[in-house]
Amino acid sequence: MTPSWPVVSVAAISLLQVLGVLVGGPLLFGLMYKVRCRLEGRVGPPIRQPLLDLRKLARRERTRPEHASWIFPLAPLVLVATTLVIAVIAPLLAAGPAFGWSADLFAVVYLLLLGSVALALGALDTGTAFGGMGASRAMTIGALSEPALLVAILALSVPAHSSNVPVIIIRSLSHPLWLATPERLLALVAFLIVIVAESGRLPVDNPSTHLELTMIHEAMVLEYAGPDLALVRLGGSMRLVVLLALFADLFVPWGIATAPGAGHLAVGLVATVAKVAALGVALAAFEVAMAKLRLFRVPELLAGAFVLAVLAVVSALVMP
Amino acid sequence: MISLDALPVVLRPVGHRRHAGTLGPVDLPEAAATLLGNGMRLALVSGHDDGTSMRAVYLFTSGPPDTRIELHVPLDRSNPQVPTLAKLSFPASRFEREMADLFGIEPVDHPQPRRLVLHQHWPAGWHPMRHESTEPPEMVADAGSFPFVPVEGPGVYEIPVGPVHAGLIEPGHFRFWVVGETILRMKARLWFVHKGIEQLLQGKDIAFGLEIAERISGDTAVGHALAYCQAVEDAQQVHVPDDAQVLRGVLLELERLYNHVADIGALCNDVGFGLAQAWALSLREQLLQLNGEVTGHRLLRGGVVPGGARVRRLPTAADLVEVGDRFEELVELATSNALVMERFAGTATLDESHARDLGVVGVVGRASGLVFDARVAHPFVDMAEGFSPVLHTGGDALARFLVRVDEVRASLALLGDLTNRVGNLHAVVSPGARGVPDHSTGGVGIAEGWRGVVIHRVELDEAGRLARVKVVDPSFLNWPALPVALADTIVPDFPLANKSFNLSYAGNDL
Repeated sequence: MTPSWPVVSVAAISLLQVLGVLVGGPLLFGLMYKVRCRLEGRVGPPIRQPLLDLRKLARRERTRPEHASWIFPLAPLVLVATTLVIAVIAPLLAAGPAFGWSADLFAVVYLLLLGSVALALGALDTGTAFGGMGASRAMTIGALSEPALLVAILALSVPAHSSNVPVIIIRSLSHPLWLATPERLLALVAFLIVIVAESGRLPVDNPSTHLELTMIHEAMVLEYAGPDLALVRLGGSMRLVVLLALFADLFVPWGIATAPGAGHLAVGLVATVAKVAALGVALAAFEVAMAKLRLFRVPELLAGAFVLAVLAVVSALVMP
Repeated sequence: MISLDALPVVLRPVGHRRHAGTLGPVDLPEAAATLLGNGMRLALVSGHDDGTSMRAVYLFTSGPPDTRIELHVPLDRSNPQVPTLAKLSFPASRFEREMADLFGIEPVDHPQPRRLVLHQHWPAGWHPMRHESTEPPEMVADAGSFPFVPVEGPGVYEIPVGPVHAGLIEPGHFRFWVVGETILRMKARLWFVHKGIEQLLQGKDIAFGLEIAERISGDTAVGHALAYCQAVEDAQQVHVPDDAQVLRGVLLELERLYNHVADIGALCNDVGFGLAQAWALSLREQLLQLNGEVTGHRLLRGGVVPGGARVRRLPTAADLVEVGDRFEELVELATSNALVMERFAGTATLDESHARDLGVVGVVGRASGLVFDARVAHPFVDMAEGFSPVLHTGGDALARFLVRVDEVRASLALLGDLTNRVGNLHAVVSPGARGVPDHSTGGVGIAEGWRGVVIHRVELDEAGRLARVKVVDPSFLNWPALPVALADTIVPDFPLANKSFNLSYAGNDL
């Protein structure tokens, strides 16, 4: 095993990643909304608008449902905290053995899941019809998208003989042709569908709708207000950044820092920001051309993702 | 032609293509059954407080040929009762409940003797349209509550929505009983914006009535103004110049255009296709600006006036071509998106027999195979050669979308024809040309607004002021069809179903 990176460098990477995810999340949402507006022929609010909204919400009075228990205020904290843990351990800017073995893909997936479950519990805790409805829909979708994601990860782990993200990335960089293998491409599509579903974007969920009865994610968070809502919004945008950055690292790893040092880190930072922004723009453009699926069609889409992931595993096993 | 030999009442001509007869309550069911059996529809039921006595007026219509028959039923003021027509006509059952709330006229043996207009906090025995009811009384906690019929069973849960909604929409309360995501039953409770418009109009002059009529439902300014003006002219026996009739036709179609375009965009937006909504809003804005140039008001107020119509300019052929081209681009954008079409198809189907039984009118009716269109049944202007109502038979959200699309095309063609036939942009009869108002006959106006048929019935007093105005917005007739169409629909499709009906709350609640 290669020697560990200097502690200072590891700390710097983690700090950069945390700050990047915290600020980058809202900015990514702002960028995606801007792209959407421009493609629809509208001007749209400035890209930093979500940050301003967060500041506005954070200053507001704390209003909570009368009958909610301690779970309700805890859920947004869990959502943000789990995402922050991922931001600390996952190799978003740099892939080296410095991260030890905690940057495991399965760990990342279950941290994300923990946040989703916390939010669903918070929604149920309100006791309103919308909270329960949103939670039920979100868990249905989660129950179908998680297996697809896990199997897709399995497909990536088989050739690398490890589910550790840095190991997979380093192997990808040293075997560029491996990126074009069938299992990679199949897993890529499955991964993309799961990202869309998990982050509540079209065609699975419509984040900009005002129609309560069609909502999934928004129905869960309908009762949140003020600083609690700010946390929910922040957490949601951070998750998208983390998902897109992981996607970029796993499937387009070039540019990521593989050695300690300011120069490498700077390149890694620029590369990751550029890749996430490009993915965000592509996702926003895709959404403009999309309509929302009927709710009962969503399982079909996710089942499709699962089948692709299974095929990826089969392909990885039979074509070493 | 309708055979009226069996009718237990003598009819006399009273107004524009209209006959009226007076009969006692006992003869009403037989007369109504005869008229309905002859294919007439019950268009309007109006209560009246005539001071010493009360009266119920039933207006039946059919066409073509344009036929209007009124039955006047005098009632004892101390105990006003009418036999219910609920078993003959569903709309009758709703009109009767409205009349019971507002006038205290009791429909005997009504199958649903519950309140409709007045919510439960109004005290029992208070009927706002009776002359003695001047000041609103103190509200009470629960004078005539009408609890929701509970739906029970394993896994059934309730979703209450509204009356305050997210987004800028009108107030209405919807109660869903759901298993999983499938709607078992939905109940809409409306009249949160009951403003007392009919009472407000009593004793007012005709010009004030027009101002109110244009604002009954903000998006149907021309439809309501036209029906109101026709009713007033019918009562005053005024003959409107031909140019004015053509101008009115132009304004009616302009109103249909901008509303249908907005609906098409909103339907796409409700399935998450924001791009089409952005295009539709841009086209709507272009149409509103055109409206502003035509009448001086973006929502076309002030164009239709009692005795005629006036505009500043007409839409030019170039205007219509440009709108038509942009509209076809919008339709192409929406219909070429398979996801959008898939969401529309099969959603909230209202089949023809239900639509017919419920007395559904307008866009919703024509999407379920009901051919009724007041522009053909009760024409006030010669339509272009070959104009026939748009008809689709699917009864689902897709059919309602397609009816709107085809009606925009038909309106553009109609506008092209009508604008060529106008000679005078300011065509209003002079006040001297007005006949002697016959306050005993009243007047009826029927106009095919963009949602459906709008009907006003006006009675004038000796001074020529409004004694009683009864308004029927198509939404009043169409609202009960929405829960019926929701059978087998899932909860997240409700907003789309609701939008495809796009009924007015203000027009219903009055």
